[in-house]
Amino acid sequence: MSRYFTDEHEWVDVEGETATVGITDYAQEQLGDIVFVETPEAGAELSQGDDAAVVESVKAASDVYAAVSGTVVEVNDALEDEPALVNNSAEEDGWFFRLTLSDKSELDDLMDEKAYKAFVDGL
Amino acid sequence: MSDDKTETLKKLPLDSWHRSLGGRMVPFAGYEMPVQYEGVMAEHLWTRENAGLFDVSHMGQVQLVGDGAAEALEAIVPGNISALGVGKIRYTLLLAQDGGILDDLMVTNTGRNLYLVVNGATKHDDIAYFKAQLPSHVTLSHLEGHGLLALQGPKAAAALAKLEISPMQPDWPVPADLYFMEAGPFMWGDIPLGISRSGYTGEDGYEISVPAEHTETLAAALCALDEVKPIGLGARDSLRLEAGLPLYGHDMDAGVLPVEANLNFALSKARREEANFAGAERVLAQYPRKAEKKRIGLFINGRQPIREGASVVDADGNAVGAVTSGGFSPTLQKPIAMAYVPMALAETGTEIIVEQRGKPIACTVADMPFVPHNYHRKPKL
Repeated sequence: MSRYFTDEHEWVDVEGETATVGITDYAQEQLGDIVFVETPEAGAELSQGDDAAVVESVKAASDVYAAVSGTVVEVNDALEDEPALVNNSAEEDGWFFRLTLSDKSELDDLMDEKAYKAFVDGL
Repeated sequence: MSDDKTETLKKLPLDSWHRSLGGRMVPFAGYEMPVQYEGVMAEHLWTRENAGLFDVSHMGQVQLVGDGAAEALEAIVPGNISALGVGKIRYTLLLAQDGGILDDLMVTNTGRNLYLVVNGATKHDDIAYFKAQLPSHVTLSHLEGHGLLALQGPKAAAALAKLEISPMQPDWPVPADLYFMEAGPFMWGDIPLGISRSGYTGEDGYEISVPAEHTETLAAALCALDEVKPIGLGARDSLRLEAGLPLYGHDMDAGVLPVEANLNFALSKARREEANFAGAERVLAQYPRKAEKKRIGLFINGRQPIREGASVVDADGNAVGAVTSGGFSPTLQKPIAMAYVPMALAETGTEIIVEQRGKPIACTVADMPFVPHNYHRKPKL
């Protein structure tokens, strides 16, 4: 399994044709207490850069863009009852949705862990 | 990331103190201000149960001096300022000539002058308006050399009592003796303080005016107490929203009249009868319930907050109103909002639809405050 990162602070775990998407620990830290996550519907077709989800903190709403294109196959229902999972476990239990990749070449433009760390350190 | 805007932001007297405590600084009202320290939720709940210290030094502190200052101010505010007793505070509205709301403010009769606290984002425009409208024998001083701290929460009085603060005269009241909307001059050692029992969180508490060079000493002394933690702008906003208190520039502006803003209490009886304040004819034509729209509270079905800018829509999807503040209530653990709606939809319990990002969300008109006020009011005899 490989993990990729975007400059919008999302992570993408790829296993075969399936990608799991969430926001990074840095992102949850910046957003603060998360009180609601609006996830896409299973079956939704997302193109890279589309609005995919909305993360709501006490004060503000933030868009999450589709890091890669594909068809949503599963969403993390646990976030409905416990949105704070994103604060407590952003890069594991707080995942947002899984999709079937429609264009694996999009992954070439994303960062690996080392590059993302350097990107965050530079902010 | 750097842009030119950041460089023009001003710094508060406590800037380095906020940063040393881990405050995350954001632009607000032309200043860099702490939006949070440990987190909005924790800071909000701390203030509701203990005491929070807010740096509100960005707000404008203004003195009006001169014979007839109260009567002169009454030309542009609808509050009964000339009847304000010494040491008493009144919440009022700064009105444009057409009655639109230019700002909301607190006015204290100190006995020597009128002491005004106005919003940070509007203070320069307010001062220009005061200078243009007030007669020349009323002198205006902008107290730029003063910081302003708000200590808010059910333990605020107990906390402040631990500092040895004395009244200016031995037989005057100590801070704990003040009731809600009363103020006085005090000394903390050799530092002069102006202390008001007031605030904008719905809790008991104080606002303390302190010379800028002593602001950090006072803030540090308060935060050294077990009851007190520093609180950022994020929680200040969620606290005032729960308390049903409108935020200028969001829940009201120059395009809104006082009755529409649901601020009838700010139109005092004597002043309604005199009807001689700016825009009185237009303002009073709506009094008490003749406006076409009104600021109301909303509960939201479900867990997703609705935000400023979302539309209130009718059955056909046409926009008939707008959400002006919205967020998640840490105390109630559910989303709440303020909105302007037509009078026909303003009754408590009315079910309405808000459209956000193309999605209809069911809401119910709610009484405000959402969370009861906890002011230290003078007992009624």
